[in-house]
Amino acid sequence: MRLLTHNMLSSNIKGVTSGFPLRIEVEKMVEKEVELNADFLRNMFAKVEWKALVEASKTLGYTELPDNVEPSMLDSDEFLNRFHHALLELHLEEGALVCPETGRKFPVNKGIPNMLLHEDEV
Amino acid sequence: MTSRPELQAPPEIFYNDDEARKYSSSSRIIDIQAKLTERALELLALPEDDVPRLLLDIGCGSGLSGETLTENGHHWIGLDISGSMLNVALEREAEGDLILGDMGQGLGVRPGVIDGAISISAVQWLCNADRSSHEPRLRLKAFFGSLYRCLARGARAVLQVYPENLAQRELILGSAMRAGFSGGVVVDFPHSTKMRKEFLVLTCGQASLSSATPQARGEDGEGCSDDEDSSGDEENQSVSVSDRHRPKKKHKLNKKVKGREWVMEKKEKMRRKGNVVPADSKYTARKRKTRF
Repeated sequence: MRLLTHNMLSSNIKGVTSGFPLRIEVEKMVEKEVELNADFLRNMFAKVEWKALVEASKTLGYTELPDNVEPSMLDSDEFLNRFHHALLELHLEEGALVCPETGRKFPVNKGIPNMLLHEDEV
Repeated sequence: MTSRPELQAPPEIFYNDDEARKYSSSSRIIDIQAKLTERALELLALPEDDVPRLLLDIGCGSGLSGETLTENGHHWIGLDISGSMLNVALEREAEGDLILGDMGQGLGVRPGVIDGAISISAVQWLCNADRSSHEPRLRLKAFFGSLYRCLARGARAVLQVYPENLAQRELILGSAMRAGFSGGVVVDFPHSTKMRKEFLVLTCGQASLSSATPQARGEDGEGCSDDEDSSGDEENQSVSVSDRHRPKKKHKLNKKVKGREWVMEKKEKMRRKGNVVPADSKYTARKRKTRF
């Protein structure tokens, strides 16, 4: 599961108001190279929750992302590379996503998070 | 086809390891899925600027539809309730991120981040109560509500569905409208039982001029004349559904059915027909005492 997806997911449990971002517990992570597309990155830049992305990439062991960003940084290739790497090339293979409000763990196996809610959480 | 899969078992049980493998190794099914996905992408009407978008594939299964999305250069997140199907997707090295989840529980995606959503042959599963705790209406509401929220402004959702009957069609469409979507149904090859395919094309936010319901396909690949009753544009061979701003029920149409004018008109009509009609006088259509 890429950090792109992690940045879009929120805890869906009944009654939870601030289910984003989900905390990450890493057991295994991989890096998979993928082609960089500047247009896509620019498109996503506006939608990504930056703080959550920085936190998540740090949890996966990547600390090169700047804490504060401005749209002008998108012109820098160096920044785009780092952004691209964090967003699309870091994969969480085994571990869990944790709801920040209830602490409920959503296990991640083979890169697939299990977001199925129990009967009482719907 | 003996019976619909939806009537045999819940999707996470029906699509077990064997079925998942069968489904994904049938070249016919792969072909159909690819075609349906291409058509759905067409109906999604993403801007033609070669910018990869972030799409949702709802009920992505073994990634057959996702493959087409990847081929078109997009990033996608797939959701499916069957672990077996997702395992096959992993084997096929699906490029998109996969999530094991139940769309009837809500999509769990942050508001306004998705550029478009497609679903191939999945949403009709919501219409069956697979468990005693399921209430299809509530599940449809959770699904469409969360879908509406996660789509960016102006983004579309194209859902290819196999509704069992008219009641299911109305159930699905009604839930979509109530969630705030506007849009309509595009039916390709409406006259052919085998080739007939239904797509719900739903828009979020302001329906711009460019988002009129697209033209459906006929047997010859072009738009054909639709003999079925189609309320909506004459140009589009599709059923256009009004959006949620319908006049309130209280706003009854004030038709003066019982007025003098109406009665006089009716009498004239009868005379023209040749019937025997009493002469008009000052008593014609006079308000009678209530006991009448």
